[in-house]
Amino acid sequence: MSTLTEAPPPLAPEAPEPKPPQRRGRWTPYWLLLPGILWLVVFFALPMIYQASTSVQTGSLEEGYKVTWHFATYWDALSAYWPQFVRSVLYAGTATILCLLLGYPLAYLIAFRAGRWRNLIMILVIAPFFTSFLIRTLAWKTILADGGPLVGALDTLHVLDVTDWLGWTAGDRVLATPLAVVCGLTYNFLPFMILPLYTSLERIDGRLHEAAGDLYARPWTTFRKVTFPLSMPGVVSGTLLTFIPAAGDYVNADLLGSTDTRMVGNVIQTQFLRVLDYPTAAALSFILMAAILLMVTLYIRRSGTEDLV
Amino acid sequence: MTNQTDPTGDVRLTGIAKTYGAFTAVHPLDLTVPQGSFFALLGASGCGKTTTLRMIAGLEEPSAGTVSLGGQDVTALPPYKRPVNTVFQSYALFPHLDIFENVAFGLRRRGLRSVKKQVGEMLDLVQLGEQARKKPHQLSGGQQQRVAVARALINHPKVLLLDEPLGALDLKLRRQMQLELKRIQTEVGITFIHVTHDQEEAMTMADTVAVMNAGRVEQLGSPADLYENPNTTFVANFLGTSNFIEAEVDSRSGGEIVLKAGGGKLVLPEARCSAPATAGGKVLVGVRPEKISLTHADDAGEIPEGRNRITGKIADSSFIGVSTQYVVDSPVCADFEVYAQNIDRDPRLVPGAEVVLHWNPAHTFGLDAAQDADAGVEEAA
Repeated sequence: MSTLTEAPPPLAPEAPEPKPPQRRGRWTPYWLLLPGILWLVVFFALPMIYQASTSVQTGSLEEGYKVTWHFATYWDALSAYWPQFVRSVLYAGTATILCLLLGYPLAYLIAFRAGRWRNLIMILVIAPFFTSFLIRTLAWKTILADGGPLVGALDTLHVLDVTDWLGWTAGDRVLATPLAVVCGLTYNFLPFMILPLYTSLERIDGRLHEAAGDLYARPWTTFRKVTFPLSMPGVVSGTLLTFIPAAGDYVNADLLGSTDTRMVGNVIQTQFLRVLDYPTAAALSFILMAAILLMVTLYIRRSGTEDLV
Repeated sequence: MTNQTDPTGDVRLTGIAKTYGAFTAVHPLDLTVPQGSFFALLGASGCGKTTTLRMIAGLEEPSAGTVSLGGQDVTALPPYKRPVNTVFQSYALFPHLDIFENVAFGLRRRGLRSVKKQVGEMLDLVQLGEQARKKPHQLSGGQQQRVAVARALINHPKVLLLDEPLGALDLKLRRQMQLELKRIQTEVGITFIHVTHDQEEAMTMADTVAVMNAGRVEQLGSPADLYENPNTTFVANFLGTSNFIEAEVDSRSGGEIVLKAGGGKLVLPEARCSAPATAGGKVLVGVRPEKISLTHADDAGEIPEGRNRITGKIADSSFIGVSTQYVVDSPVCADFEVYAQNIDRDPRLVPGAEVVLHWNPAHTFGLDAAQDADAGVEEAA
C-alpha cells in the first residue's frame, strides 16, 4: 500500500472568512411577476367574478339587477340556444380541420423544402395580420359576392349543386351560407395553425428522416411513422389556437352568414348589446367556456402529447 | 457466421466523386472493401470521408462513378432500397419511439409481423434487454450508441456503415465501445465501414485503413503497414508522430541507399523509400520517435556499428510514466522527438545534455522531399 502524503498548503495571507452569499435577489422573481399578475387580476379575474355574479342575477333594466342565485338562467339559455352551440362547434371544428389540411403541407414546405424562400413565405403567411380582421373578413364578402367570378365559376362547374345538396350553400349563393362562414373562419385562423406547425416541424432533426430512409422506410412511411408523430405538439397547439377562438367568433358569422348561420358568439353579442339581457349573456359565456375547456381537456388527454419530448 | 469468402458483401466504388458547385468534396475514387472486413476511412474533418460513406448509404448522390454492393450496381437506388444500414453520428434515434420500437423499425418496414424474438435477441447482444421500454432520452450516451448499433444490425445488412459512432462518448467509454464493436463485428461477420478522425480508433479496430486527405485517399493498408511505411508526410504525421530529416542521396548499393545529412551519413533500405532516389537528389528521411535510442555523448563509443546516428542536445524532456518524451535539438532537424521506455533511466539525460540519437536503419523510411514535412500535423492534433 502506498502511504498518503499531504501536499503542503500554499502560503497565503490570513484570508477573511468568506461572507455568506447575499440573498438580496430573492424577491426579484416576485417583482418581475407583479405587472403580469396585476394585469390578470384587473382584466381577467375581476371581470370573471363580475360576470359570474351577473349570470345568477334577476331583474330588469329599469328596476336594476340583483343577485338572487337564479341558476335556472343557465338551463334556460342552453335550451333556447343549443342549436347555436352545436353550430359553433361544427363550424369551428370544420374550419380547424380545413386549416390543418391547408396549413400542414404549407408548414412542411416552409420547414423542409423552402430553402432561401423560407423567410418570404413566412412573411406571406403573417402579412394578412397587417390589415384589420374586419377588413379581411369584408374582403371575403367581395370574393364570395353573388354572381362574382368565383361563385360563377363554382356554379358552372356544378360545385354549387353538390354543396347545395349537402346544405352548405343555398341555390346559386355562397354568401350568407354555412360555407361562407367556414371559409371566413378558415382564412382568418389559418396563420394560428401554420405557425405552431412550422415551429414543431422545423425542430425535427433532419437526420431522423435519413435514419428512417436508411431503415427501409419509403418517404410516405417516413412521414407517417416519424415526421407526423414528432409534429404532434404543433398539431395540438395549432388546432387549439384555431378551434378555441373560432368557436367563440361572431364576426365571420355576422358578416358572411345569415340568421341561419348564427353561432353562439352572435347570440352572446346580441344578448349583451341589443337585448341587454345581461344574465343570459353571462350564462351563455360561461357555458361556452366550460364546453371548450371540457373538449380541450379530452382532446389533450387523447392525443397524449405530454409524452412527447 | 457468414462465409468469409462469400463475395455478396463486397463494396466496390468505381470512379466515385462528389462536387458541390466549384468545391470537390471527393475526387474520383476507386475502392474495394472485401466482404467481412472491418474497414476504416480515416481523415480530418472535411476530408470527404463522411461524404464517401453517405454515397454508399445512398444519402448523397455521387456526381460521377458507381457504387456496387456484391456485384449489384446500387448507384441509382434510394437509401430504403439498399441493403446497407448506418449508425449515425449522434445516433439519430427516434425520440418518440421506445428502444424496442427503435430497434424493430427496420424489421417492421420490411413487413415482418413477429419481431419480438429478434428484437429481444438483438437487445441482449448489446446488453440492453432491461431497457426495452425506455425512451432514448432516458438512456446514457453509451447505451444510446448501442441502440443505434442494434437498430442497424438487426436488419442483417450486407454492409454496416458507421459515421463517427463514438465521437460523442468520453474517452473511457470510447475505448470500451471500440472493443465492443470489434467483438460484434467478429461475431456477426458483416462488413463494417467505419468513418473516424481518431487515428487510434481506426488502428485499434480496423483490418484495413484508408487515410483520406482533401477528397483523396492518401494511402490504404493495414494499420501496421500504414504506420511503419507511410507513403506521404500527411500519413506519417496523421498516424502518430514522425521526425523528418532532409537528406541528399549519396549512393545506392545492395538494396540500401546511403544519404548525407548535416555531415553525417544515414542508411535507408531501398524497399522503404517511396521517392525516386537518384544520386544527388533530395529525400525526406523519416523515423518514428519510439524507434530511436538516446545515448549520452560521453558513451557514444558504446553504440554498435551499423546504426544511423545523429548528434544533438536535449531541449526538453517530459516524464509520462511508461516513457519519457524528449525533444532534441539537432543540426539536421530542430525538435527531434524521441520516446524512451522507462527501463533504465540515465540520470544524465536532462535538458542541456549532449546526446547521440541512434536507430536501426531498417526503421528508416524515405519520402519525396517535394512535400511539406508538416502536412497533417495540425489535423492529427
